[in-house]
Amino acid sequence: MKEILSLDHVSYTYESEEGEPRKAVDEVSFTVWEGEWIAIVGHNGSGKSTLAKLMIGLLFPENGKLNVFLEELNVDNLWDIRSRIGIVFQNPDNQFVGSTVQDDVAFALENNGVPYDQMVPRVHESLAQVNMEGFLDHEPHHLSGGQKQRVAIAGALAMRPKLLILDEATSMLDPQGRDEVIKVVDELKRTTGLTVISITHDLEEVLLADKVIVMNDGKMMMSGKPEAIFAHGDELEAIGLDLPFASRLSRFLREEGIAIQGEHTTEEELVNELWTFHCNK
Amino acid sequence: MLEKMIFGRYVPGDSFVHKLDPRSKLLFVFLFIIAVFMANNTITYALLLGFTLLVIFISRIRLYFLLNGLKPILFLIIFTFLMHFIFTKEGPVLVDLKFLKIHEEGVRQGIFISIRFLVLVLMTTILTLTTSPISITDGMETLLNPLKRIKVPVHELALMMSISLRFIPTLMDETDKILKAQLARGSDLTSGTIKERIRAVVPLLVPLFVSAFKRAEDLAIAMEVRGYRGGEGRTRYRQLNWQGRDTLVIIIFLVLVTALVWLRGGS
Repeated sequence: MKEILSLDHVSYTYESEEGEPRKAVDEVSFTVWEGEWIAIVGHNGSGKSTLAKLMIGLLFPENGKLNVFLEELNVDNLWDIRSRIGIVFQNPDNQFVGSTVQDDVAFALENNGVPYDQMVPRVHESLAQVNMEGFLDHEPHHLSGGQKQRVAIAGALAMRPKLLILDEATSMLDPQGRDEVIKVVDELKRTTGLTVISITHDLEEVLLADKVIVMNDGKMMMSGKPEAIFAHGDELEAIGLDLPFASRLSRFLREEGIAIQGEHTTEEELVNELWTFHCNK
Repeated sequence: MLEKMIFGRYVPGDSFVHKLDPRSKLLFVFLFIIAVFMANNTITYALLLGFTLLVIFISRIRLYFLLNGLKPILFLIIFTFLMHFIFTKEGPVLVDLKFLKIHEEGVRQGIFISIRFLVLVLMTTILTLTTSPISITDGMETLLNPLKRIKVPVHELALMMSISLRFIPTLMDETDKILKAQLARGSDLTSGTIKERIRAVVPLLVPLFVSAFKRAEDLAIAMEVRGYRGGEGRTRYRQLNWQGRDTLVIIIFLVLVTALVWLRGGS
């Protein structure tokens, strides 16, 4: 497996005009391998968005080493590395640069000097990947939030990135828009082997990840598979995170003295446990 | 009221005029504005008016729609007409009321200036009605490209313009939302003295500006991570395509100017 990104004891401190400088990221280390889906969770101010800014070179680590595609991120290779990472931010409106869907998808291509005859097929191809090929000439204010976010993903895909970062990309969407976006990313990951880092506080989204990193107060609190993380229900709730519905229900059932086995993160698992419960006794 | 105003609005279509390259249209309108001032007698003004009506016909914009949309400007045209009518005191007197003498030259001047004004307004309106704002921006950027040599930031200006155009609907929605939020909190914009009403607008503008700055910051970050580094080394997704019909437009213009020079009265 190829290494995509690695953090080695990375720290970053925000200078503030009044009061103490705040340590947003504190000695964080982890490695992301090709084809993985990593979810970074944490409540507001836990340093998870600062991590995204460090990865894309909007901020540089104060201490520690950050390697992207096996190169240490610095001012010289910044633009080259950015062209190989796609990032989608929170607000669907504020990252839509073009005046129509196709202009917006082409924006990164234009910036990187891709010739016109290559741009057109790439724009169509990336829009097809997010199921938006019918919207070429639509203007942003006629699109829903979920559609805008899918266009933003297409804009990132047009550069054929190795890594896609979703920085709370679904947090401003309605449930339907959120499902659309998650479905598209999930399918992309399966069909193209794209590496995905999703920064989120939506724990349902976390279930799709291969690995979860829980951030609290700038520190990495725990990391592991989603099921292993949700086993620490109390600790997650203590730092202000919600559990998925099925996990919560299964905990309540156990508290009521019903001896169901194991952790249940999806409704299906819980249903299967419950309908076989009587036979298993 | 605002919906009726068509000055600066775009109506999609597929007429000859719609299909023209924005560069030829911009160039034509710009040169036409200069050429209008060459007319100085009845036949040249008639030629200009006739030509403009022909362009309206070709662009398939309904005359009623056009004139209805230009009502506020028609008022100005009538006003200038009357000013000339009353205040020009040359030539033989046509009507002699005790308090007002109307001279022949006054009527002539009034009609000429009104036609000049009308033709200018109609032509520029046809330009914006048949060309999408983004095409106009593209056309201007390419036409002004030579100015880069004297350090005019042409690319940046065009980008600024296209981003502002893109954000107009977004900010309109936002204004509407803030307006409703303030109304729900008991703010009153429709009654009171003018001073009170102006005061009531302040709580509307402050949140709008704050959010616009926030948007600008987000947008700048989004542009930067997508590799925006200014105009250098950038390719263009929107390609302008100069075709035979665009050359034809320039030839038509030359014919028009020749006719104007030939038909205008000696000075």
